[in-house]
Amino acid sequence: MSKVLIVADYLKGQLNSSTARAVACAKDLSPESIEVLVLADDAASLAEAAAKLDGVTKVLTVERPENEHPMAATLAPQIAAAAEQGGHSHVLGPNTTFGKDLMPRVAAKLGVAMVTDIMAVHGPYEFERPIYAGNAVVTVKAPDNQVLVASVRCASYPAVAEGDAAPVEALSLDVELPSHTRFVDLETHGSDRPDLQTAPKVVSGGRGVGSEENFKILFDFADKIGAAVGASRAAVDAGYVPNDMQVGQTGKIIAPELYMCFGISGAIQHLAGIKDAGTIVAVNKDPEAPIFEVADFGLVGDLFKVLPELEEAISK
Amino acid sequence: MKVLVAVKRAIDYNVRIQIKSDGSGVVHEGVKHSMNPFDEIAVEEAMRWKEQGKVEEVVAVTIGPDACQEQLRSALAFGCDRAIHVKTDDEIQPLTAANVLKALAEKESPDVLILGKQAIDDDCNQTGQMTAALLEWPQATFAGKVELEDGKAKVTREIDAGLETLEVDLPAIITTDLRLNEPRYLKLPDIMKAKKKPIEDSSLDELGVTPAPGLEAVKTAPPPQREPGVMVESVEELVSKLKDKGLI
Ligand SMILES: Cc1cc2nc3c(=O)[nH]c(=O)nc-3n(C[C@H](O)[C@H](O)[C@H](O)COP(=O)(O)OP(=O)(O)OC[C@H]3O[C@@H](n4cnc5c(N)ncnc54)[C@H](O)[C@@H]3O)c2cc1C
Ligand SMILES: Nc1ncnc2c1ncn2[C@@H]1O[C@H](COP(=O)(O)O)[C@@H](O)[C@H]1O
Repeated sequence: MSKVLIVADYLKGQLNSSTARAVACAKDLSPESIEVLVLADDAASLAEAAAKLDGVTKVLTVERPENEHPMAATLAPQIAAAAEQGGHSHVLGPNTTFGKDLMPRVAAKLGVAMVTDIMAVHGPYEFERPIYAGNAVVTVKAPDNQVLVASVRCASYPAVAEGDAAPVEALSLDVELPSHTRFVDLETHGSDRPDLQTAPKVVSGGRGVGSEENFKILFDFADKIGAAVGASRAAVDAGYVPNDMQVGQTGKIIAPELYMCFGISGAIQHLAGIKDAGTIVAVNKDPEAPIFEVADFGLVGDLFKVLPELEEAISK
Repeated sequence: MKVLVAVKRAIDYNVRIQIKSDGSGVVHEGVKHSMNPFDEIAVEEAMRWKEQGKVEEVVAVTIGPDACQEQLRSALAFGCDRAIHVKTDDEIQPLTAANVLKALAEKESPDVLILGKQAIDDDCNQTGQMTAALLEWPQATFAGKVELEDGKAKVTREIDAGLETLEVDLPAIITTDLRLNEPRYLKLPDIMKAKKKPIEDSSLDELGVTPAPGLEAVKTAPPPQREPGVMVESVEELVSKLKDKGLI
C-alpha cells in the first residue's frame, strides 16, 4: 500500500488550495496514509489548516528559520530526508510555480525520475499527463521499485473538503542546508479580487484590449460578476497587466466554471490553460479567430461595444 | 566567465501535432522542428552577457540524434563560440539529460548553466532543477530578469504570486521564462559564419552516464474533446444562455 507525502504550498501564512487539490489526487492512489509536510519558520496555523483536509492522516512540520521563504535549494534536502525517514512511497507537490521549481530537485536528490502534471491516476505507478501544451495525453508507467515523485495538475482535481482534524507531529531532521541561495524580495500585486487559480469565474483579456488603461473596463466587468481577471501572454508582454495574470501553457492552468475572454485569438498555448473550463465564452471581432473553435458561446463583435452592453444586460 | 547553454530540438511551436493512430506517440516525420523556444531565450541571454563583456565564452550543448545539429548550428549563429553534441538515438528523459549536463558541467566548469524552463514537447519542466540538485548548485528557475555580478547573480523569477528575486552564488543554474528577452532574428551572414564553428561530438558512454530508469509511455491519445459550441448573434442572446446555465 502507498504511503503518500504531500508538500504543502502556502503564501503569507495561508495554505494554498493547491495543497487540497494534491490531496484529492493522492486519494485516487487508495493509499494507506496521506501525510502533509509543512516546511515553514512558523508552521502552527498552516499545520492546523492542513490537518483539516479530508483524507489527510497526519501533518508533519519542520520549523526552521531557513524555511521563512520557500526556496527549492533549502527545501529539497529536507523533503528528501523526510521521505526517506518516513518510508514514503510517493512524494507529491502541486504544479504551481512552487511545486514546479521544487519537485524535480527532490526527485533528483532521491535519484528518481519524476512525473510532471498528473491529470489522472490509473494505479499507484500509472498516470495520465499532458504533453505538447495539452494537445496530447500520455499514459506513463513509472518504476514501481523506487519512490515516485510527481506534481499534480491542480486544474484536474477539485480541492478536498474539510474533515476531522488529523494529528500534527513535529519532525526533527538532521540535514545541513546550503547558504548559496538567498531570498531578496517578493513583489505581489495584492488585490481584493478572487484568486485567478481558484475562482469559479474568470474574465480574461488579450492584445485586443489594447492598453493598460483599457483593461480597467475588464476589471470593472469582472467586479460586477465577481470574477477573477486573467490575460493572454500578448497582453502581459505588452505590459497591460502583470505576469501573474497569464493564462496558458506557460502561465496558469485554470478550470473555472465560466471563462469569458475578450480580444484573445485562441493560440494553442493559451487554450492549454483553459481546457478544463466549464463554459468558455469568447468575444472577438474576427469571425475566423481560432478561439471560436473551442468556445461554447462565441460572439463576433468589438469588445469595447460588447462589454458595456453585457454589463447592462446582466443588471437587468 | 563562461556559460553553458542547453538547447533541445523540438517540434516547432506553430505545428498542430498529430497523434499516431496506434497510440505510440506523435508524428515527427515531415514535421517542422526548431530549437525549443525557451532555449532560444537562454541562448539570447547568454549572447547579451557576452556582448556586455560579462562573459567570455558561451558553449551550446544538446543531447539527441544527428538531426539536432541543426539546432546547434542555430545556437552558433546566435554567436555561441562552440558546441557539444552528445549523440544518442534513444529518447532522453530529464533525469538522464541532467546527468549528462552534470558531467559536462564538471568537464567545462561554467559559471552559469542556463536552460529553458521547459521543453514544449514533453512539457516536463524538470531538467534544470534536476541538474542543480545533482551538482548541488543553486537554482533560479523561471527567470524574467538576470543581473550577473561578480560571483553572484540576482534573478527575478516569474512565480504565481508575482515576482520573486533571489540572489545565488555562482556557479548556478538558471532557467528561462518567456519575458527574459526577445531573441534576435538570425541574419544570413551569421548563419554562414556558424557553419565554420566547431561542433564537438560526445556520447553518454564517453561522459560515463548510464540512462536512469525512467517513465514508460504506455499510450498517447488526444485530449478529451470539448462539445462543439454555438455562435450567438447578440449580447442579449449570450446573457440569456448564461442565465439558463445559472452562470451569471
Ligand atoms: C513557448 C510559448 C509559450 C506560450 N505560452 C503562452 C501562454 O501561456 N499563454 C498565452 O496566452 N500565450 C502563450 N504564448 C503565446 C501565444 O502563442 C500567442 O501569441 C498569444 O496567446 C496571443 O495573445 P492574444 O490572443 O492576446 O493576441 P493575438 O493573437 O494578437 O490576438 C488578439 C485578438 O484580439 C482580437 N481583437 C482585436 N481588437 C479587438 C476588439 N476591439 N474587440 C474584439 N476583439 C479584438 C483580434 O481579432 C485577435 O484575434 C506562448 C507562445 C510560445 C511560443
Ligand atoms: N535532450 C536535451 N538536450 C539539451 N537540452 C535539453 C534536453 N532535454 C532538456 N534540455 C534542457 O532542459 C530544459 C527543460 O526541459 P524539460 O525538463 O524536458 O522540460 C530545456 O528547455 C533544455 O534547455
